[in-house]
Amino acid sequence: METIISSKPLLAIIISLIAAFLIAITGEKARNLRETWTILAAVTKFGIVASMLPDILNGKVIEFTLLNITPELILQFKVDALGIFFGVTASFLWIITSFYSIGYMRGLNEHAQTRYFAYFAIALSATMGVAFSANMFTAFLFYEIITVSTFPLVAHKETEEAKKGARKYLTYLLGTSIAFQLTAIVITYNISGNLNFSPDGVLNKNAAPFLVTITFLLYIAGITKAAIMPLHSWLPAAMVAPTPVSALLHAVAVVKTGVFMILRVVFYIFGIDLLKSLDLGTVLTVIASFTIIAASVIALRQDNLKLRLAYSTVSQLSYIVLGAALLTPSGIKGSIIHIGAHAFGKITLFFTAGAIYVATRKTKISELDGIGKKMPLTMASFTIGALSMIGIPPFAGVISKWYLSLGALEANQLFVLVILTLSTILNACYFMPIVYAAFMKKPKYDDNFKEYSGGGIHEAPMFVVIPPLITAILTVLIFLYPSFFLEIIRVILANIMGG
Amino acid sequence: MNLTEHASILIVVIPLVASFINIFLIFLKRTLCYPFFLLVLGICVILSIDILSTVISFGTLRYKLGGWMPPWGIEYVVDHLNAYLIVIVSSISFIIAIYSKDSIKKEIAKAKLPYFYSTYLLLTTGLLGITITGDIFNLYVFLEIASLSAYALIAIGEKRSVLASFNYIIMGTIGACFYLLGVGYIYIITGSLNISDLTRLLPSLYESKVTLTALAFFVVGIAIKIALFPLHRWLPDSYTFAPSAVSAFASATVTKVGIYVLIRISFTLFEPRFLTEITPLSNMLIWWSTIAIFFGSIIAIGQRDFKRTLSYVLIAEIGYMVLGVSLGNKEGFIGAVLHILNDAVMIACLFMIAGGIFYRVGSRNLEDFTGLNKNMPITMAAFTIAALSMIGIPPTAGFFSKWYLILGAIEAKYLISAATVVFSSLVNALIFFRIFEKIYFTKKEVIPQYTFRELPLSMMIPIIITALAILIIGFYSGEIISSVIKFTVPAGF
Repeated sequence: METIISSKPLLAIIISLIAAFLIAITGEKARNLRETWTILAAVTKFGIVASMLPDILNGKVIEFTLLNITPELILQFKVDALGIFFGVTASFLWIITSFYSIGYMRGLNEHAQTRYFAYFAIALSATMGVAFSANMFTAFLFYEIITVSTFPLVAHKETEEAKKGARKYLTYLLGTSIAFQLTAIVITYNISGNLNFSPDGVLNKNAAPFLVTITFLLYIAGITKAAIMPLHSWLPAAMVAPTPVSALLHAVAVVKTGVFMILRVVFYIFGIDLLKSLDLGTVLTVIASFTIIAASVIALRQDNLKLRLAYSTVSQLSYIVLGAALLTPSGIKGSIIHIGAHAFGKITLFFTAGAIYVATRKTKISELDGIGKKMPLTMASFTIGALSMIGIPPFAGVISKWYLSLGALEANQLFVLVILTLSTILNACYFMPIVYAAFMKKPKYDDNFKEYSGGGIHEAPMFVVIPPLITAILTVLIFLYPSFFLEIIRVILANIMGG
Repeated sequence: MNLTEHASILIVVIPLVASFINIFLIFLKRTLCYPFFLLVLGICVILSIDILSTVISFGTLRYKLGGWMPPWGIEYVVDHLNAYLIVIVSSISFIIAIYSKDSIKKEIAKAKLPYFYSTYLLLTTGLLGITITGDIFNLYVFLEIASLSAYALIAIGEKRSVLASFNYIIMGTIGACFYLLGVGYIYIITGSLNISDLTRLLPSLYESKVTLTALAFFVVGIAIKIALFPLHRWLPDSYTFAPSAVSAFASATVTKVGIYVLIRISFTLFEPRFLTEITPLSNMLIWWSTIAIFFGSIIAIGQRDFKRTLSYVLIAEIGYMVLGVSLGNKEGFIGAVLHILNDAVMIACLFMIAGGIFYRVGSRNLEDFTGLNKNMPITMAAFTIAALSMIGIPPTAGFFSKWYLILGAIEAKYLISAATVVFSSLVNALIFFRIFEKIYFTKKEVIPQYTFRELPLSMMIPIIITALAILIIGFYSGEIISSVIKFTVPAGF
């Protein structure tokens, strides 16, 4: 495999750090300039990431060593197909979210906007860091930076509730990563003598099976950002954050970092052969299946829209884990496509939840009766997002479900098919009533809602309404033209399947 | 006269002489005391760097005092380990000297300032002397110089510091006595006090009960001096009630120098095998330090006073270093020696910040830290870096020493110790993020009598330097290990 040495990955990371600095010194007084920095950084970042794409699709790898801190702990970036896929998705959605953030934060006249935009930029910087890491140490470093830099975003409202949520968020993410993930990394190093991500795994094939199993479980428990049950409850707690944060970070950047790390660990630390020989894939499949069903059932009972979306995220993330755990080509395909499909679908849903809040201050599903007539564009986007999540053509979600089902057949895990079907039904059960109520039911009379209950259309500001429309349209486009996804996945599969 | 040749003696003599001169400067011109004090410590830093670079390029330095041949005369021996510690001690003492200018003015009477500077210089002398000497009795003498000046410095703090200092005197004296008894026993059987000489003489006496008794006295004596749990009782009170500059200086250096003495006794005076094969000492120390880490961390959670919290965190950190030293493998030892540097910088930074907050807010109670970020953003940024390093989040320095410690513990098959180190990181996360929440996300009720704004420059600069140092040391950990620490690892590891 051809390797190109280039500092592009570093630039992609640094650009938003610089932006964070500029945002902090510009401050509230020149808010338009401050927002310019965000947009500028987002566009540049996407440009840099996208410029690496052609080389990667040609089967090359971009590498950059920043620093040999110690002989074994190296700060090194390596952009491969899996990394670029995650990088492109996250950096593209950052552009859209940036516009949305501006509309949302100004629409609600939120406090501490400078802090908000600065930490948002840092979080994105670290997300690119994880995407482009060449070894477990670098990945762990950026993983921790994401946790720390999103903490102020979750605690943004500074109310008791926000602080409580942020505390839980931090306890879960930081606690497990130090207690389990770091331990797993140390054991990995102890067994194999290096931490590099390598396509056939770094763990010695004849390491003691017991130790390998323990390490595997430690990784799964330590990468809590993937929200695998029972370590998922930080995600609902993080919903106290402003909605753009929930949208980009808790539907895309942070949680996808989690599943991305799981994929890295499964394919590049352990390797398919080792996991197959110890049957650890099945263990992960069972855990993920349980999460898919349990989280969907909990989602059914939530009346708070963002909480329902959060539990839906918990459930959907495990699709990705499940696909990887099947250890078959189609399963992996489904898993990776779902990273993108879920990102676009779920960000649409969160965007609309935020739009509803900005326009009407409503957070509960039971208050949404008839809202479709007031906010037709928003609710149209919501419907598309929901249909994509359920897995109905012509939206992105159906592609990943198709490949996941194929993967289950390849792996001879028929119960996974049952899980997927059951989950689809559950998804429909918790999304469709919202759509139904929004368009079919008559609005309830509500004293607090008087000013909004007059006739006519009452949409949120344009900055908040357009982004979900764009992402909704993209879910259709992904369905119609999945070739970009499939092309990248072909390279990834060639890499890890050795052919 | 070639300066480099005599650097190892000058670095002890200059601050010693200067501490006396400083008293006489009062009669000449009071305002001269501080610049003179700073100048002397600056010279020490330059000398220490000179010594380190000499050692790196030419290997171990030996300096015979007054031309007397060892083992009769006193010999100063500087190898990589001493040189490394000398740089740490003199740099920290210089940085905190800058810090003390404004911070100390609020805490003690103006008339007493020159005496503070003199005592501070004496403490530096003592600590440098301990690290540089190659003679176990001479080491005792410097130990006493350092301890006595530390007692005095702590006692000039707030009201309750007198009692705290008294406690420290009692405990410290017992520790010093134990150490001296150890020296006595060694002298009885060998007739020598020179460390390199003893290294040759002692192996044939390993079976002797006297040697064992001496070792026991050494270890317990040092354990008291470094406040290894449960012999830590003197430390929290002393460091809480002492003036801020003293807490910062003492916490960063006194205990680290104690660890240095432990390393010297364990691995230079005796051979590693004496500790692992002949006596069960290393095994005992591993469990002892694991307990220290555990309880230090647990007790730290319950504290309301910031400086007291830091004191207990420090007690856990001491456990780390003792653990690393006694694991008996390369990784653990590297971790411990690296942690000496990291912990010195981190704890100095944190204690200086504690002093800074006290300077502006007039309180050490964590409850009063609400919304400080608005008023002291730079100090709080420094606090964030230091705290993240204490937790051990890369790329801060704290991560790397912990990495080696955990590797070492796993290598030595002490999984409980490895788990305890991880556990203590978690506890640190709990402690510091609770404080972050107060600083960044809690709105403050306005207290009119205090002016909330950034610290004066003389306090701010040292805080910024140490905070940046944490990051820089983190990035250059590998460099530090390969050029210095690698050579301190005892043979046979």
